[in-house]
Amino acid sequence: MNIVVCVKQTPDTAELPKISVAEVTSGDIKTTLVLNPWDEFAVEEGLQLQDRFGGDVTVVTVGEEKATEALKDAIARGVQSAVLLSDPAFAGSDAWGTATILAAAIKKNGPVDVVLAGKQSVDGNSGLVAPGLARKLGATLLTNVTKIVDVAGGKITVERQLEEGRETLTASLPAVVSVSKEINDPRYPTFMGIRKASKAQIPVWSLADLDVSAGSVGQTAALAQWTDLRKPAARSSQVVLVKEATVEATAAKLADLLMAEKVI
Amino acid sequence: MNFQLTDEQAGLRRLVRDFVDKEIKPIAAHTDESGEFPWDTLRKLGGLGLLGLNIPEAYGGAGADHLSAAILIEEIGRGCGSTGLIVAAHLGLACGPLNAFGNEAQKQRFLEPLASGRAIGCLALTEPGAGSDLAGGVRTFAELRGGEWVINGSKMWLTNGAEAETAILLCRTDRTGGSRSLSQIIAPTNTPGITFGKPERKMGLNGSHTYAVSLEDVRVPAENLLGEEGCGLQQTLEVLDGGRIGIGALSVGLAQAAYEAAMSYAQERITFGAPLTRHQAIQFKIADMATQIDAARLLVWRAAWLRDQGQPYTLEAAQAKLFATEMAEKVCYEAIQIHGGYGYSRDYPVERIYRDNRLMAIGEGTSEIQRLVIARRVLGL
Repeated sequence: MNIVVCVKQTPDTAELPKISVAEVTSGDIKTTLVLNPWDEFAVEEGLQLQDRFGGDVTVVTVGEEKATEALKDAIARGVQSAVLLSDPAFAGSDAWGTATILAAAIKKNGPVDVVLAGKQSVDGNSGLVAPGLARKLGATLLTNVTKIVDVAGGKITVERQLEEGRETLTASLPAVVSVSKEINDPRYPTFMGIRKASKAQIPVWSLADLDVSAGSVGQTAALAQWTDLRKPAARSSQVVLVKEATVEATAAKLADLLMAEKVI
Repeated sequence: MNFQLTDEQAGLRRLVRDFVDKEIKPIAAHTDESGEFPWDTLRKLGGLGLLGLNIPEAYGGAGADHLSAAILIEEIGRGCGSTGLIVAAHLGLACGPLNAFGNEAQKQRFLEPLASGRAIGCLALTEPGAGSDLAGGVRTFAELRGGEWVINGSKMWLTNGAEAETAILLCRTDRTGGSRSLSQIIAPTNTPGITFGKPERKMGLNGSHTYAVSLEDVRVPAENLLGEEGCGLQQTLEVLDGGRIGIGALSVGLAQAAYEAAMSYAQERITFGAPLTRHQAIQFKIADMATQIDAARLLVWRAAWLRDQGQPYTLEAAQAKLFATEMAEKVCYEAIQIHGGYGYSRDYPVERIYRDNRLMAIGEGTSEIQRLVIARRVLGL
């Protein structure tokens, strides 16, 4: 089975509040960059599918040279091969443009059965790349997947998390599967994996390597533009100490307050 | 001169930081209060290839350099002193001598299980009458009888003791005494005649168990002699040179943890209408802490780097340990000071870190012994 995992390099979640609007606008983000936390689940699921059904796992990302670090993180966890998709023409691509680049790379890489991605990135948060990718590849789209039950006979059976509950469904391959965090418990890289990753030579595919026209990707082709960007105001919180004469009275008062706030 | 970590070292640091933040730091207070030996954590560290980090791959290790081991111990120490000490003793005092002085058979039999993370090890040096004065004080005797070493005596302050699978015992093998009368002998801890006491009750580092052990007619095969007969003291001093880098690194990690806790408290705590960080008295403390931690880390890294280059590092390891352990004492003191009353409370981590660090200026050579080593080297005595 051929598995491709699409990942993104994003700021460390803990450092997101430190990032300025100017850094986002310029793209020159100075905080620690990591493998998008949602994509850790996709990488883990790729490795688990490989353990269960055999085959190869390839991890791909669109980004500048420093995005190699996110690919190396995946290699350190056990992924065998990685490709960086990098070209000045790719800069400023929106989700549709990114899907266009990824789809072209996946086609170039060879036949694919399952494409995995995290449900969204912690920076852009659109969750649109996986749907765009399914459209571009002509593959089945399965979002919010919490379990891959089976892959057999050209079909994939998954469990999906919906607002109303959970559903199990079977669909045709190839499929683009975006996973949520319930799906697994991502492993840590091992030291030997880190050593392998630090020595890995990761191929870079540019615009010229892919069957993509310059006009379909990048800033100018973006269907969505960010016209304004601002940080949300810091939330203020207030502490109220509840202390009545008896424990029962304190509990009753606390319950009243929580109900008034519609917490319970 | 290059202060940049290699990709491998930087990757290791990221891995250990992440692991420590998720798996070690959250349970550090519990480990201290309950005194539970952190087996789960150690198993996970073993699974990541970290319990034999600087041991060759041929013997179950990862074949990384000693600088990587210093980074590992610092980062674990940043989360939990107890876990840091267990790992430092395992790597530096047990795996270290087996790797340095063991023959091929000994390495396959005793080092491989330790370096692959299936078991941990310990070193038994100190005795009721022998701490800093090993040469004159060791009264544990080993005699060769019928192809076996028969060992009698007692040892104290064994880090990892009863939890260890393999112990290295410093024994007197020549009753006439002198600097060439000691030898190191490998003994599985389940050998009949080895009896551990209860873990010592200590000021800190409660998750790292420390034992006294009695040795009564402990019999191990003659081939369990580690290195050369009569070279036990020299071998031990060499092991301690390496161990001191580990203890220095552990103190840097403890200081870093205290500093981070103090920083975050100082940014949130409002006094006189402003966060503590706006007050110059606190800014100066934080500036000193940051500078001292950096200085200590560089000393530790220099000693590890020299070791990796195959150059002498006895002086530099002693300087690193002395400076780092005493630096951490000051940094922890100031971290508590910045926290005010809360710093003295068990609800905040800094009092635990302060207690944990106190041992570092005692174990693996007291500060006084470090000064002696340094003075002798710089004065050419």
